[in-house]
Amino acid sequence: MVAVRYQTTFKLYPYQQVSAQLQAPVRHPVVIVGGGPIGLALALDLGLKGTPVLVLDDHEGAGLGSKAICFAKRTLDIAHRLGAAQPMVDKGVVWNVGRVFHANSEVFEFNLLPEDGHRHPAFINLQQPYFERYLVEAIERARTNGAPIEIRGANQVTAIDPQDGFTTLEVDTPDGPYKIEADYLIACDGARSPLRDMLGLTFDGRVFEDNFLIADVHMKADFPTERWFWFDPPFEGAGQSALLHKQPDDIWRIDFQLGWDIDRKAELDPDRIRARVDAMLSSQTGTVPEYELEWTSIYTFQCRRMQSFRHGNVIFAGDSAHQVSPFGARGANSGVQDAENLGWKLDLVLKGLADDSLLDSYATEREFGADENILNSTRATDFLTPKTETSRLFRDAVLTLAERHTFARPLVNSGRLSVPCTYDGFPHFGPDELQGPAVTRPGAACVDAPAEDGFLLDHLGGSFTILALGLAPSAPVSAHGIDPVVACIPSPSDELTRRYLGDAKQGVYLIRPDQHVVARWPDFDPDAIARAIGRAIGKDS
Amino acid sequence: MPVTLTPNIPDQDGFYDELLRAHEGLSKEQSDAFNARLILVLCNHIGDRDVIRAALAAAK
Repeated sequence: MVAVRYQTTFKLYPYQQVSAQLQAPVRHPVVIVGGGPIGLALALDLGLKGTPVLVLDDHEGAGLGSKAICFAKRTLDIAHRLGAAQPMVDKGVVWNVGRVFHANSEVFEFNLLPEDGHRHPAFINLQQPYFERYLVEAIERARTNGAPIEIRGANQVTAIDPQDGFTTLEVDTPDGPYKIEADYLIACDGARSPLRDMLGLTFDGRVFEDNFLIADVHMKADFPTERWFWFDPPFEGAGQSALLHKQPDDIWRIDFQLGWDIDRKAELDPDRIRARVDAMLSSQTGTVPEYELEWTSIYTFQCRRMQSFRHGNVIFAGDSAHQVSPFGARGANSGVQDAENLGWKLDLVLKGLADDSLLDSYATEREFGADENILNSTRATDFLTPKTETSRLFRDAVLTLAERHTFARPLVNSGRLSVPCTYDGFPHFGPDELQGPAVTRPGAACVDAPAEDGFLLDHLGGSFTILALGLAPSAPVSAHGIDPVVACIPSPSDELTRRYLGDAKQGVYLIRPDQHVVARWPDFDPDAIARAIGRAIGKDS
Repeated sequence: MPVTLTPNIPDQDGFYDELLRAHEGLSKEQSDAFNARLILVLCNHIGDRDVIRAALAAAK
């Protein structure tokens, strides 16, 4: 039997017996364990490229509770490429005004005026179950068009046995166990990753000794769509910090930082939670609007990662590989970036166009990304919970100065929003011969900009692309079995020029399938492009 | 020349981290002494008495 560990919000992939359960073990090129945001995004990416993929999940849909609620622009850009972004943006909440409080005083108010020339906002607030549902719906649409993606719900992996070149999995189902084999096994099975434990791998890092109480409240009252953040909240029992954030469906996420030494059971008592929520909601408006508690939970967090994301033919992605504090929304967002880094590499390896060693670059690039996320979220945590008297002194000085002087405001750190990392200095990128803007240097994720009638990212798609700005390529390029798509934009818009050309009149970019810049040149040089393709897929010679 | 009170430090989070790290392992008393020395070093770097006077006022 498959144990039910949690309730589901949406039943997305109900259990169905398949013939494979009654046969000798079937070999699959890719088996993904875990149907969360990362596993689903990777499955969709591979399936759209025509690579068969099987997803196993021990439940039948998205778990209860809002969980990840903030999805950043890069994630939406990736979801757009996968054909899943529109319902997310339609459903999600976009907010611009935030207020930062320190005890009884308002430190400052900010307005995140959106930057022009991007299809997507800097981020949206959306409950994770919706994110998963929209990915599954996109998978269903892709399957209708022939994408070889299969999801098996209530299929729990109970044992794995790494063999020479493949892995055997024992899978339990409501109809009993069966076995399958995987050329590549991708562990997207979350922070408590059973696969990681089955392989006896460690997960080291820093545990932050703190408890956070999350309360999702349903509130129809006319309450401003703003993000409110308190350092040292003045209302009783609110702990060291508090956060109020809006989600779709009239749900508000409230976080209270309770400290380490607490009685978890007592703190989850609804009356006690309501007392806190009442105090918070009335602190600015003087009245307590009507609300219901939808979902409550207490969690502690850790900043840590696996030493290596790749162990032979078993590859880890998302929370199974790395965990961060929630400040800055770097959990699900960085995991989706893992998926897009891994997808095209797995695809090329399975199609015989790249050597298996290309997958090592997934591990090194995303380990670097995880380190950057851990650094950012550790700094935010240190600002939120100063560890020494002196660090508290500086923290409070920053908050006091920020009320009067703008210079101190960027120092206020309640989380830095997730942005994609730039793979500076990694061997699969370069050269940079354009001397163009830093934001689009080799290693960077392509930023969006208006192009022709739409947006630049629409021209890039999910394969290697030659982006020609202000000139037309004179000959086709083909190298190592890869025929890049050519996107030619003769008259770049102002924003496109500013972000990709700077002072140059024209430029040529080679862009990877995950929309990171490989290399750029002032002129079209087919031989140079061919060499850069070789470098990008690990065939330098 | 007025004192700069708009953001002026690149990589603000890195700067803040470095500042706190300089205090790591110090007792409160040692930290206070360190801060005093740091202020004197920075004032000497600024040099301009009007700017220092404006900074004193801004921090009040």
